[in-house]
Amino acid sequence: MNFLYTAYAATWAIHIGYLVTVALRYRNLKREIDDMSQKDR
Amino acid sequence: MKKAFPILALLTAVFLSYALYLALEVAPREQTMGDVQRIFYYHVPSAWTAFLLFFINFLASIQYLVRRTPSTDKVANWLLITVAVLSCVAAAIIGMVPSLKSALPADVRLSSIATTGPIIAGLYFLVRKLFSLEGVDALAITTAEVGVAFCTVVLVTGPLWARPVWGIWWTWDIRLTSTLVLWLIYVSYLVLRRFSSSGQTPVLAAALAVFGALDVPLVYFSIWIFRTQHPQPVIGGGGSIDPRMLHVLLINWLAFLCFAGLVCWSRYRLEMFKRQVEETQALEALLEPRSVPR
Repeated sequence: MNFLYTAYAATWAIHIGYLVTVALRYRNLKREIDDMSQKDR
Repeated sequence: MKKAFPILALLTAVFLSYALYLALEVAPREQTMGDVQRIFYYHVPSAWTAFLLFFINFLASIQYLVRRTPSTDKVANWLLITVAVLSCVAAAIIGMVPSLKSALPADVRLSSIATTGPIIAGLYFLVRKLFSLEGVDALAITTAEVGVAFCTVVLVTGPLWARPVWGIWWTWDIRLTSTLVLWLIYVSYLVLRRFSSSGQTPVLAAALAVFGALDVPLVYFSIWIFRTQHPQPVIGGGGSIDPRMLHVLLINWLAFLCFAGLVCWSRYRLEMFKRQVEETQALEALLEPRSVPR
């Protein structure tokens, strides 16, 4: 049973980890846009 | 579409939870392996999803290469139409000639031969219709990245299943090795896209992806062609599976497909958004007044 739960947990750890990287990239991009709009002012 | 995303995300989360419940509680316990066999409901759908994503990456990469010049684009379109027609004609001829029909391997159906060409052509033209030239490039990055995530799941859950069943974590047999090679090819594709700033990067990456995709059929058919440690396919290939297990497997695959679709959607939007920002930054840099050297 340990192997089963480890496999399921690992699957979701990989997917959530990837989703976190996507979210971080969104945040960085948003920061860049904010910087650009501040420069324009 | 923006408002639909949270609703679809919620529905997918519910669907994934239901699929997990089926995998852990409803699917029958396998007699030889016991409960550890339930890894199958995550391992196999992840592999199928990764293959599908790499196939879409292949189509997008081909389109990026051929659509840059109108003449090659036209040739590719006609080639796809020819492939679709030929696969139907080949199936009809094999069906009419008994000697050819008997020469077919037992697992290959005439309907598979007849539908493979039109399905590939249909997908190709669908991608062509839905995405611009820049869009197919973004689609290629998206599917490669999400595909690598799913392929990582396969490479992690596989050894976790193998250890209690085979007694080893890993063996260098053709199925396992070709899957690792497939993962390495797409990781190198992503590394190329991430760290190369040359204008030719999308073309080089597309060429790499086309060759990388050749490994997908090798991975899939390796257990049909070679003698391997890996079990034989459960669908087709002479394999058999309890209908209740098959039902749970397909539900899990569908749930993972919905999840992959949503992840691809957000990653694609991020890519297009990033390109817009880079374009604006480049324009601003061009328009910025420069100090004139005296």
